[in-house]
Amino acid sequence: MDLYEHQGKELFGRHGIPLVESAVAATADEARRAAELLGGRVAVKAQVQIGGRGKGGGIALVKDPSEAEAAAARILAEGFRGSPVTRVLVEKLVDIADEFYAAITLDRSTGKYVAMVSVEGGMDIEEVARTNPAAIRRARLGPILGLKEFHVRFLTGHLPPAAHEGAGTVIRAMWEVLLGADATLVEVNPLCLLADGRVVALDSKVTLDDNALYRQPELAALRDTFPVDPTQARANEKGLQYVKLDGEVGIIGNGAGLVMATLDVVTQAGGRPANFLDVGGGASADSMATSLEVVLSDPGVRSVLVNIFGGITRGELVAQGIVAALARVDADVPIVVRLDGTNAEEGRRILAEAGHPMIVPAATMLEAARKAVELARTPASREVG
Amino acid sequence: MAILVGETTRLVVQGITGKEGTFHTLRNRAYGTQVVAGVTPGKGGESVEGIPVFDTVAEAAAETEPNTALVFVPPRFAADAIYEAAEAGMGCVVCVTEGIPVQDMTRVVSYLEGKDVILIGPNCPGVISPGKANVGIIPGEICMPGGVGLVSRSGTLTYQIVHELSQRGIGQSTCVGMGGDPVHGVGFVDALARFEDDPETRAMVMIGEIGGSDEERAAEYIEERVAKPVVAYVAGFSAPPGKRMGHAGAIITGSSGTAQAKAEALEAAGARVGRNPSEVGDLVAATLKG
Repeated sequence: MDLYEHQGKELFGRHGIPLVESAVAATADEARRAAELLGGRVAVKAQVQIGGRGKGGGIALVKDPSEAEAAAARILAEGFRGSPVTRVLVEKLVDIADEFYAAITLDRSTGKYVAMVSVEGGMDIEEVARTNPAAIRRARLGPILGLKEFHVRFLTGHLPPAAHEGAGTVIRAMWEVLLGADATLVEVNPLCLLADGRVVALDSKVTLDDNALYRQPELAALRDTFPVDPTQARANEKGLQYVKLDGEVGIIGNGAGLVMATLDVVTQAGGRPANFLDVGGGASADSMATSLEVVLSDPGVRSVLVNIFGGITRGELVAQGIVAALARVDADVPIVVRLDGTNAEEGRRILAEAGHPMIVPAATMLEAARKAVELARTPASREVG
Repeated sequence: MAILVGETTRLVVQGITGKEGTFHTLRNRAYGTQVVAGVTPGKGGESVEGIPVFDTVAEAAAETEPNTALVFVPPRFAADAIYEAAEAGMGCVVCVTEGIPVQDMTRVVSYLEGKDVILIGPNCPGVISPGKANVGIIPGEICMPGGVGLVSRSGTLTYQIVHELSQRGIGQSTCVGMGGDPVHGVGFVDALARFEDDPETRAMVMIGEIGGSDEERAAEYIEERVAKPVVAYVAGFSAPPGKRMGHAGAIITGSSGTAQAKAEALEAAGARVGRNPSEVGDLVAATLKG
């Protein structure tokens, strides 16, 4: 789960990371009042979880409250790169002497963490890594030893001396945030040395570990402030993993890897997957019915491919689940069903006997993909209505 | 031979009295695995279909001499269960539990460094050496004994590819489900190294997916150290960057972790990469014939 900038900064503030004065606004009017309180010269920043705000018009630098109001009105109305914006952060403008970058992130290749400090900040760190790798210092941090002073000295050692102490304070606090909040990424870009000598976090990016949210109730509650997609919410409620894509072949399978592989064979067959949906280990009638409802609620879907590998869940039970689901769901596009694994033949027999007009059986994954892609191209009944 | 689990495996199941724990323990035993004990705190003295239950792994170890632990305990207690198994002298710990906080796993993996304990998982389907022992939740029915060593980050996709092999009459020495979590125990490199040394294994199959760099490191290892043929598959060619595909680890971040890059690295290292599970089966068949 990714936090919005203002949520990350609130977390930073609690751990003693110096910030610039700011306020969150949900309307243009609130933005104007916030700007008044902050002295007029402010940055109005779209609260989105996409990068590139600076270049893309998601941040407006203004010199008085009426301009702040106009900028907020525009950002809230237009959104940012296709994402709706429901809040802006109004932040006092400061005199920046220098910009750096600091991050601590999980390093999955070692199972440890990596802290990085770059003398070049304010831009894409991957770009810096390509063009000027010497600008970045890295330290590997183990969870048992943790962040020590020698790490801090090394990480900040290439910054201008005026920034050493302030940057050190920020790095130590970032490590506390990472551990305390169960984050897998804590990033400050830019980390700024101000003209008055302070070192402050001008932006925040925090990714939390979803597996640890049970012990982070305050942070878990922030999820309620995120925009909710009703279809997504419905899937999550039933324990289904659903990711909306933009093709025409709806995909349902059991197990993340198998579903990914199914997306791939559909693409190879010349189709475009409409979604990723993992129904989980088994495939009960109930979860199958909800899966079909979720996938069919996407108006772009022209055919559905159900790809189930019966392992411990036997094929005949999966087939019964599909038949029962189709009794509940009014399917208006063809559903290609491919069953394999334990007792698959028995399962296929059950599907054949059910004789549902929308079920199209397929013997293999490849055949199923070809059929689903072909059927998605034929004019479907749903285009009539 | 085979790797990690086999005829000498003596299994203790942590979380044996839970629904999943009981179900899979009995399936593992029915497959032929020597299940010698179970552990559930507070239920010491009970038994599960004749398998004695202890309060701690240490007590189970003293009474029944297990050498391998299978962990089914809930995520918030799972890291503790792994420590407990390691401290009680288990040489191999298979953790099926899904949803363990990654910070807990970083501590576990650091703790295990330099210790003579192999961790498989977490969030994995387990390990099966067909005809010898099954430790975890892989359906034994779809496997058959033979000479292909298989290692995978995924569950049902593993079953699919094992099935492709078995249908072509190609058996497996051992199938290792390493799990889909970002921080885990045994990886591709460890498994490939063991298969390379296992006389029973003639060829290897590795099943990767988007996210992380495990496949790239496996490619380097294959190029330098692996003489036996390797057939690979990588899932997620059509996955868009930034969207997580189910597994905690399956996400393309920035410019790294794409299926394309992984497949290219593996091919450059001499592995043959199948474009779909069925092609993997064909490539293995061709490899074993050739």
